[in-house]
Amino acid sequence: MGSITLQKVSKVFGEAKVIPSIDLEINNGEFVVFVGPSGCGKSTLLRLIAGLEDVSGGHILIDGKDVTDAAPAERGLAMVFQSYALYPHMSVRNNIAFPLKMAKLDKAIIDKKVTDAARVLNLTDYLERRPSQLSGGQRQRVAIGRAIVREPSAFLFDEPLSNLDAALRGTMRLEISDLHHQLKTTMVYVTHDQVEAMTMADKIVVLNRGNIEQVGSPLELYKSPRNLFVAGFIGSPHMNFVNGAYAQSKSAKTAGIRPEHLNLSKDSGLWTGTVKVAEHLGADTFLHLDVDGIGPITARVGGEFGAQYGDRVYLTPDEAKLHRFDDKGIALKA
Amino acid sequence: MATQNTKTLARLMMAPSVLLLLVWMIVPLAMTLWFSFQNYNLLDPSNVSFTGLFNYQFFYTDPAFFQSIWNTLVIVGGVLLITVIGGIAIALLLDQPIFGQGIVRILIISPFFVMPPVAALVWKNMIMNPSYGVFADISKFFGLRPIDWFAQYPLFSIVIIVAWQWLPFATLILLTALQSLDGEQKEAAEMDGANFLNRFIYLVVPHLARSITVVILIQTIFLLGVYAEILVTTNGGPGYASTNLAFLIYRTALLGYDVGGASAGGIIAVVLANIVAFFLMRAVGKNLDR
Repeated sequence: MGSITLQKVSKVFGEAKVIPSIDLEINNGEFVVFVGPSGCGKSTLLRLIAGLEDVSGGHILIDGKDVTDAAPAERGLAMVFQSYALYPHMSVRNNIAFPLKMAKLDKAIIDKKVTDAARVLNLTDYLERRPSQLSGGQRQRVAIGRAIVREPSAFLFDEPLSNLDAALRGTMRLEISDLHHQLKTTMVYVTHDQVEAMTMADKIVVLNRGNIEQVGSPLELYKSPRNLFVAGFIGSPHMNFVNGAYAQSKSAKTAGIRPEHLNLSKDSGLWTGTVKVAEHLGADTFLHLDVDGIGPITARVGGEFGAQYGDRVYLTPDEAKLHRFDDKGIALKA
Repeated sequence: MATQNTKTLARLMMAPSVLLLLVWMIVPLAMTLWFSFQNYNLLDPSNVSFTGLFNYQFFYTDPAFFQSIWNTLVIVGGVLLITVIGGIAIALLLDQPIFGQGIVRILIISPFFVMPPVAALVWKNMIMNPSYGVFADISKFFGLRPIDWFAQYPLFSIVIIVAWQWLPFATLILLTALQSLDGEQKEAAEMDGANFLNRFIYLVVPHLARSITVVILIQTIFLLGVYAEILVTTNGGPGYASTNLAFLIYRTALLGYDVGGASAGGIIAVVLANIVAFFLMRAVGKNLDR
């Protein structure tokens, strides 16, 4: 069990309206990612669900029960913090056992649960160490261990991977996804990194200035972003936006075309541009171009497409994959 | 080579101050040790002679000797107890966001800036005086007989006055430690179902351990030599009820004019301080290593 419902939830800090009003439904067992630029209110929203902040208005329901005024511990949720928030003076074993000890469980049961959690998370050899003697990835796993022993109705993750290096982040991403499939528990995950959102989520909630811009599966958001903000935020490298004559010819204010939907050629095409920067990633090359009459455009081509600084290349957008937006920035239906 | 040179240079540059400190410490200690074996009385300064361990025997057989050692330990222990527990309590309160936080903090810290004889006189004449002190007024208000603090509870009165002076120090150190506690850890504990008491026991106290150790060690150094507060309030009495080792040495030297005997007492005080330091480091010193 672990469905979470937000009804007209709002949060005000003094004068600042961080979250004007949000309605959201999180189903049992879902992996939901809150994503948005920094300061968009995603962490605040998570803390409201956790009960670490009080809502200024609206209601929060967990499994249909109103928990708006309940203390954090009474909500049956577990949270993994950005800094991991491990207790530095306790061994890994005591860290993981702490919530169980607070729940006054039997010593034998605690031991068994801690051992099980340690086995799942590959921490068995580290149980007697202090957090300061562990690597970043291990600390992360301890924090997750402390969360799973409580068998919460939902997990809350607050940017848990932002303190890890790139390689470890990739591994932990897989581990958390794997854990979700094993436990089948609801997970709410906050990140500013759209790659994490795309790779892990069942459902992505895109937030901007405290408002939900769009809710949907990763591919829905990728294929049909509802507005300019979502279009620009989801996808890497970012979507190119073209205004002016070309957009008007498609009867739109702004035309959006993803870097991977531009066909490049060295002989002919609709537009011509000069290569400013060529990022060779091996399999792919990202070309940052200055296109005549349009401006900067990013294009993605295969690694075998040789291009250097200053080369002249021809581009043709794939019309079928074009996104069109009206003057309010809302997507026009095809 | 470069590091080697830097090291040598650094040592050379530090040498004068190290030497000065060493001389500053060694010379008085050596002189005290020397005088403690001399028969040297200021009433008869021309007649100085070697007496062996007589001064130590004299000091040891003084009826006030064991009581003064006991009193010294009671003052140290009592003040530490009050300041550490009270300091944690006040620090916890000051850590809360309140109106006029800056003013309140300055008020709390101010006793530390009052010099010991002044503080003791204020307590003696304005607070603990049996006829016109504040405590007497409170007693009268409830229809009780005022307590003559310095006659009835001399040592306890000294402990209260000294504790009042050192409470700000403990509070200040513990407050800064409290403020460095990670907010996310507190929140994590809250989510883990720890109530305020449990958060205090499992999170705050271990976090404060190092600072409490610092408070205990620094205060002990100063509390072993409490003197001014005794001089201006009880003058060591009644009898020897509030005489500590430092005060006994003062009596021997400046009231008995017995430099030799006082020096022997000084050496005994050094030994006592080292014994206390030894047990303290064994008890709490390991907190500093973490």
